[in-house]
Amino acid sequence: MNLHIAAQINSFLAALVLLTAFGMLVQKRIYGLIHLFAWQGLFLSLNTAIVGFVANKHHLYISSVLTLSLKVFVLPYILHVLIHRLKIRKEVETVVNIPMTMMIGIALVIFSYHLMAPIRELSTLITRSTLAVALATVMLGLLMMITRRHAVTQIIGFLALENGLFFAATSATYGMPLVVELGVALDVLIAAFIFGIFFFHIHTTFDSLDVEQMAKLKEAG
Amino acid sequence: MNLNPFITEILQVMIVLGVSPAYVGWVRMLKCWSQGRTSPSLFQPYRDIRKLFVKDVILAENASWIFRFTPYLVFGTTVLAGGIIPMLSNDLPLSATADVIVLVALFAIARFFTALAGMDIGTAFGGMGSSREMTIASLAEPAMLMAIFTISLAARSTSLSQIVQVIYSGQPLLRPSIAFAFIAFVLISLAETGRIPVDNPATHLELTMIHEAMILEYSGRHLALIEWAGMMKLLLFMALGAVLFFPWGIDASGSASGGVLAFMFLLLKLAASGVILVLIETGLAKMRLFRLTEFLGSAFLMATLGMLSFFILE
Repeated sequence: MNLHIAAQINSFLAALVLLTAFGMLVQKRIYGLIHLFAWQGLFLSLNTAIVGFVANKHHLYISSVLTLSLKVFVLPYILHVLIHRLKIRKEVETVVNIPMTMMIGIALVIFSYHLMAPIRELSTLITRSTLAVALATVMLGLLMMITRRHAVTQIIGFLALENGLFFAATSATYGMPLVVELGVALDVLIAAFIFGIFFFHIHTTFDSLDVEQMAKLKEAG
Repeated sequence: MNLNPFITEILQVMIVLGVSPAYVGWVRMLKCWSQGRTSPSLFQPYRDIRKLFVKDVILAENASWIFRFTPYLVFGTTVLAGGIIPMLSNDLPLSATADVIVLVALFAIARFFTALAGMDIGTAFGGMGSSREMTIASLAEPAMLMAIFTISLAARSTSLSQIVQVIYSGQPLLRPSIAFAFIAFVLISLAETGRIPVDNPATHLELTMIHEAMILEYSGRHLALIEWAGMMKLLLFMALGAVLFFPWGIDASGSASGGVLAFMFLLLKLAASGVILVLIETGLAKMRLFRLTEFLGSAFLMATLGMLSFFILE
């Protein structure tokens, strides 16, 4: 496989990551959201493996396998179980309507492209053009956390943001050192357990996972 | 033996006129098979058109010239559009004078007059259909232009022949911008040709029809022309998709044998596009009218993402 084709596959996978990020932004059903999150993880792990191959960095294979197992299977499974246990059936409620969210998302992509343009000029890596996509994924994850009311979807937004950061690390510097990546993976896994516990607490206290309800949380007096 | 470009042009327009009813018949046949029904013959649309041409025209008392003029205009612009798209050969005289923006404009003129004619008689259905059609148009056309601009950026030209040439000769492998533009184009073609997630071409149910509501008052040869133009529009959109995204087989040399080969390729691609269309239509249910903004919004999003990924990734 020559370098040119690898770079092309790399940018195509980056486009797919961006597409799934937008898909999550506009998806209304919660199961669809989780599936999209799993797809994003898959594209990310494929991308990491290809970057590892191109740059000849073997530790990227390990982080690719980690991403695959954690973000494609374990985390979506945990979310699935949580949603099943908490009996969430409703469509996701958004703060801003969906076409508007799309427009903001497009503006964010343009903004991150603009922000990354000088860095792109400085870098010599093959993956330099995907840096803007990585930043856009971070921004879109953030946007999703802002525009959704439901605690579960906010967490998915947070995880998508983490995906974006991971992607940025691979495309900016061919990945973080293996120790750091292992640590982050462990953190994400533990975070998954912690937010699971929190969901149950929020659910038992308010009978709903809508975070608007938390405004009622005041001391009796 | 080389063909004169003008002859190729005429041949192509004849093909568009002649093949489009058979294409619609083919789509209906596939649909019947996919639903386990026995299908009418492939040539049923020809018989329908002939029957309508024989029948008398019945005009409403208060029909103005717009109402009478519209069928001819719609038919004419669609035939002209059929001359612009380089389906058989790259070297068409009309294709050099009119680019892809003109093509969109031609469809827009046809649509504008159909909407006017829908309102002209003053029945409730016509007005409702026109209003819905224009709602869809206002959302679909920007997305359509955006998708086309994305391809034009990649090909550095808005001329269809030029685009075909560039995409044909360049490495087609994995260009994210063109892939996005293709998805957007598929979504828009469904909306523009009134296929299932947007409009149901087989229904005359009052609440859901859009295109049918506008042409409800037409009869006789007027209806025949409009129906025929609708069939051609479906064929043209499929052919445009095939030409822009899968341009293999289009003749560049201008020889007669190349033309025949291009015709065979065209039929093959159209047959395949019919299968895909039916798969989409049987897989989806018709959407609520108010959800169309999301549907067409995502088409716009895809087209814009295509354009952005052209700048970011390529």
